[in-house]
Amino acid sequence: QSPFWRLNGLSEEDVNSIMARTVCAKSAFELWGHGRTHSELRTSLLKYPTENMSPFLQKDSTYKINVYTFNKTLEFEDRIKKIDAMEYLSFEGRVNLKNPKHIFCLLEDYGTDPNNIPDEPLYIYFGRWIADGQRELIRSHSVKNRHFIGNTSMDAGLSFIMANHARVKAHDLVYDPFVGTGSLLVACSHFGAYVCGTDIDYNTIHGIGKASRKNQKWRGPDENIRANLRQYGSEKLYVDVLVSDASKPIWRDGMLFDAIITDPPYGIRESTRRTGSQKDSVKPPEDYVGDSHVPVSMAYHLSDIFTDLLNFSAHHLVIGGRLVYWLPIYRPEYCEEMVPLNACLRLVSNCEQTLSSHTSRRLITMEKIKEPEVGVCPSIRIEFIFEIPYSRHLLP
Amino acid sequence: MKLLTHNMLTSHVKGVTKGYPLLIKATEVKVSEVEFNPNFVSRMIPKLEWSALVQAADGLGHLQDLPAELVTDYEKNEEFLRKVHRVLLEVEVLEGCLQCPESGREFPISRGVPNMLLNEDEA
Repeated sequence: QSPFWRLNGLSEEDVNSIMARTVCAKSAFELWGHGRTHSELRTSLLKYPTENMSPFLQKDSTYKINVYTFNKTLEFEDRIKKIDAMEYLSFEGRVNLKNPKHIFCLLEDYGTDPNNIPDEPLYIYFGRWIADGQRELIRSHSVKNRHFIGNTSMDAGLSFIMANHARVKAHDLVYDPFVGTGSLLVACSHFGAYVCGTDIDYNTIHGIGKASRKNQKWRGPDENIRANLRQYGSEKLYVDVLVSDASKPIWRDGMLFDAIITDPPYGIRESTRRTGSQKDSVKPPEDYVGDSHVPVSMAYHLSDIFTDLLNFSAHHLVIGGRLVYWLPIYRPEYCEEMVPLNACLRLVSNCEQTLSSHTSRRLITMEKIKEPEVGVCPSIRIEFIFEIPYSRHLLP
Repeated sequence: MKLLTHNMLTSHVKGVTKGYPLLIKATEVKVSEVEFNPNFVSRMIPKLEWSALVQAADGLGHLQDLPAELVTDYEKNEEFLRKVHRVLLEVEVLEGCLQCPESGREFPISRGVPNMLLNEDEA
């Protein structure tokens, strides 16, 4: 396991595009040299073609050298010593610490064990800084500071990862059929997409009822999905949210959405409901605030959620549009065949996030490749999905 | 509820075959200024049912000079795109209901949010 990842075959333009979107990568550098010791680094750097270096070492330009030490804190004087030791490189420009034209980095890897930090680095890299990733979004869009949250609000990092998996871009129209408090819509709107969502829970959609924060009893007036978008300056991208049952779609025929991004209920924490008749069902109390406006509650069988979702996506995504969703998994019995498939969608990726020893969820990405034949786009019905038993502390 | 959304909604009452478009009965309508984005409007136009949009805008008294027929070459026609933008995103129904044209069933709209849930006997 290393926080450093070396890639070949990318242009600087490619790197800039990736770093403009990713919340997973911290920084990107053009690698000029590397080695296990400073002596090896020096040899490596002196081998790097001078014609690749010289455009950035010009006399009339300014520069600065940063020292990053992974898994170790270095005193200021030691950092300066390391920079001075690089004098064998022909920097002809002037140093400008505030606003340099070019930034170079000496990166030292001191391993991954914080209890066993070596005196000397295990590996060293030197390169020209190209761009930083968007990890700041994880902090700036943190759910901790969001106006309106719920028990299952998706954290900012994962929301942005989902938006990236769906290739959400400006001028898209994105839909979330289990929108909850709108965390996924917040991330999509950050990339310029127009957003809409539905949820069966009347109170959540209207932003009323019991609050999810520890010291708060009831929700305030500024707590709803639209207010969340307003908080980040994206209100102009808010289309609508509606109270609706995802198993009974309300949309007319047509390729309406560029992406469908959602976190369906797992059968734990927030209850899984749908309307419809069932002999043993219980009518919810008349209490306006204490329960939602669901006429009759019925268990929405987990496997139905996904077959419905895939079928819906096959009908309403544009060609090339993506469906991104979380699939809950009982790990001891998981096999790849459990991932639902659909003739009109191709499976792009399947990434696991472990929740406990027995459970995880998988981020599934699918892309629409063709229109369904009239009326039919069958999903392969899953035989093995397990309803995960209720456990209050299961989700992070 | 914005008219963009209304254009995509249909009645799903059991047995209904002609549930589109839903009739709008508005008791409170609001017009706000939303930043104009010609790219988004251009991309939405091919997805719209044009006559349903015109009918909805007209029903709310906000048709203004939106043409009854879609113009050709609208991508570069900023004036036209602005008219479409206004109708799609700036006119909002805050209170009222949506009515299924076939069954008459009404779906309430409150605080700008339509409630499309059906009762067990309608689903």
